[in-house]
Amino acid sequence: MLEIIDVSRSFGDFRALDQVNLKIESGEFFTLLGPSGCGKTTLLRCIAGFEQIDSGKILLDGRPLTDIAPEKRPIHTVFQSYALFPHMTVAENIAFPLRMAKLDKTEISRRVAEVLEDVRLPDKANHYPDALSGGQKQRIAIARALVNRPRLLLLDEPLSALDAKLREQMQIELINLQQEVGITFIYVTHDQGEALALSHRIAVMNQGNISQIDEPSVIYSYPKNRFVADFIGQCNLIEGRLEGWESGWRFAIPGLDSIPVQNNNEAFSSGQDCALSLRPEKIRLASRLDASPDECLFSGTVHDMLYLGDVTVYIVELGNGLQVEALLANSAPGRTRLFEKGDAVQIAWRHDAGHLVN
Amino acid sequence: MSRALPKLSAKTLLSLPPAAYLFLLFALPSLMMLFASFRYPGEYGGLAPWYYLEEGSLSFDLTLENWLRLFESDIYLGLLIKSLFIALLTTAICALMAYPVALTIARARKGRRELLLLLVILPFWSNFLVRIYAWMIIFSPQGAMTIAINELRALFDLAPISLMFSNVAVITCLVYVHLPFMILPLYANLEKHDPRLLDAAQDLGASRSQRFWLITWPQALPGLFAGAVLVFIPSLGIFAIPDLLGGTDGIMIGNVIKQQFVESRDWPFGSVLSLVLTGFTLLLIGLAAHFGRARGSEGKA
Ligand SMILES: Nc1ncnc2c1ncn2[C@@H]1O[C@H](COP(=O)(O)OP(=O)(O)OP(=O)(O)O)[C@@H](O)[C@H]1O
Ligand SMILES: [Mg+2]
Repeated sequence: MLEIIDVSRSFGDFRALDQVNLKIESGEFFTLLGPSGCGKTTLLRCIAGFEQIDSGKILLDGRPLTDIAPEKRPIHTVFQSYALFPHMTVAENIAFPLRMAKLDKTEISRRVAEVLEDVRLPDKANHYPDALSGGQKQRIAIARALVNRPRLLLLDEPLSALDAKLREQMQIELINLQQEVGITFIYVTHDQGEALALSHRIAVMNQGNISQIDEPSVIYSYPKNRFVADFIGQCNLIEGRLEGWESGWRFAIPGLDSIPVQNNNEAFSSGQDCALSLRPEKIRLASRLDASPDECLFSGTVHDMLYLGDVTVYIVELGNGLQVEALLANSAPGRTRLFEKGDAVQIAWRHDAGHLVN
Repeated sequence: MSRALPKLSAKTLLSLPPAAYLFLLFALPSLMMLFASFRYPGEYGGLAPWYYLEEGSLSFDLTLENWLRLFESDIYLGLLIKSLFIALLTTAICALMAYPVALTIARARKGRRELLLLLVILPFWSNFLVRIYAWMIIFSPQGAMTIAINELRALFDLAPISLMFSNVAVITCLVYVHLPFMILPLYANLEKHDPRLLDAAQDLGASRSQRFWLITWPQALPGLFAGAVLVFIPSLGIFAIPDLLGGTDGIMIGNVIKQQFVESRDWPFGSVLSLVLTGFTLLLIGLAAHFGRARGSEGKA
């Protein structure tokens, strides 16, 4: 188990990490997600030991790591640039950590063969890294970091250099590999889709702070604040004020009717300014809608649209100038766009579809 | 017509002039020297005729004497071995001194890097001989350095020494002159190293010395080898520096070769010595290249 307690790190006046707290369980696939420059790599380098921490503690299985040199930590890293040694063959690259650990020759070759089997590249043992494709290099980098069974595997945007198709395939392989070896993975990415697909839990980072730590579905459905809601997936953020009525909680949108909302765990109080986060896929869109009693209904006009292949995103402008994104699946053959700019449409969503954030 | 031409690729065409140049100025003279080494010296220098036509019959006047003379006394081979030793020592000292310099330049910030490189090549802006004369002044018995050293030795009741006209003076100056030729290729090599590889090696458990020997060293070998060739070859054949700074003690094979051509006017024997020197140089470079490659791939294992 890795515990990060009140860890801070500054570069000059700039706080790259600000009192970060994390607890990562053994065997977990844990992801650090955040925009560029939020401190993900810095946190990873602190765990690996390449970066000193200014204050706080990092404990691995209860023991502080602070005074242990990077080469002595049972933690290996998969670098974004792969960092394969160009003058060594694939087998020699993978054998490197085993040689450093002074294992005997037969054990080394047995384990190298085994891990090459795991990453499905047994025939590349005697190739030099130059002769490998991006995806193969990535697999070798992972094999090299895994072969000596570290307590922790750190992966810094390992798939960002691969094309979309290969990335998806590697994501599936990573999930399977992590399950197989049972080693704790700490995975860094700024790609929210990747984080949602891979992780047991996600920590969303913003400017050196952790905004939310939760399971992917919780992060997606119940973001804690505007930043998380906005960063994870597409999201409508409708500003307004919460009002408590005897009939229940209502959300007052300036210039529009107030609508019933859920106030989960009574997190917000009456009269508080907040935002309603509403995923586009939770909004129904048609030229005329019959709203059920547990839905709210608005009329508007199509302001813009974006054809994405599987779906088309429509930006609907409501009476008060508020713009809301909704999407329609292009499931029927030949159907690409149902509406044109300026068409009058109606949108509706269930009262419990939105989630309040501050 | 245009069908015949494409066989000569642009690469071949472009390498023709340098090939011709090398043939004219290296291969041809070497062959001429090889021929000269089997002839007799001319009475007043130069070479004696190599055949006579007397009464219609042709007789050749060639000999192995010059080659045998090489082994008659151990002076020449001894001097050759000493010169090899001095050139190797110079190369080794240059390598040791150049490595930290090259590393510093390679790791310096952009603007600073150009400045440092400029400083390395700055000595080339003054004439080679002028720089050696400067060393003569530094080493001279009245020079501040000699006086300081001898004052110091006097404190310990040691006899005064002369720095001038010694092997030490020769090696010092050889290192001084050739250091940039080691720094530049080494820098060009080190500059290409990816620093993240060292992070990766450390991450995987390599100590500082293991990172050097397993990651930096094998990758630096080609640069080191290029620098070694650039330092070793000129150091081995040089005569100007031992002439001016070496005296009788610091003489090298280059001086003897020059002597044969200029003073003794014995071109054939001079040719023998030159050829032996060239042969040794090629042999050593070949061995080093082989050794370097073997070590390089062993470093990979
Ligand atoms: N050695 C350093 N010196 C000064 N500033 C640094 C240093 N390392 C990182 N920073 C700064 O700290 C902040 C966080 O950097 P970090 O590399 O951790 O970001 P990141 O979340 O990994 O971003 P990305 O997704 O772009 O990789 C950045 O603003 C960066 O400029
Ligand atoms: Mg980063």
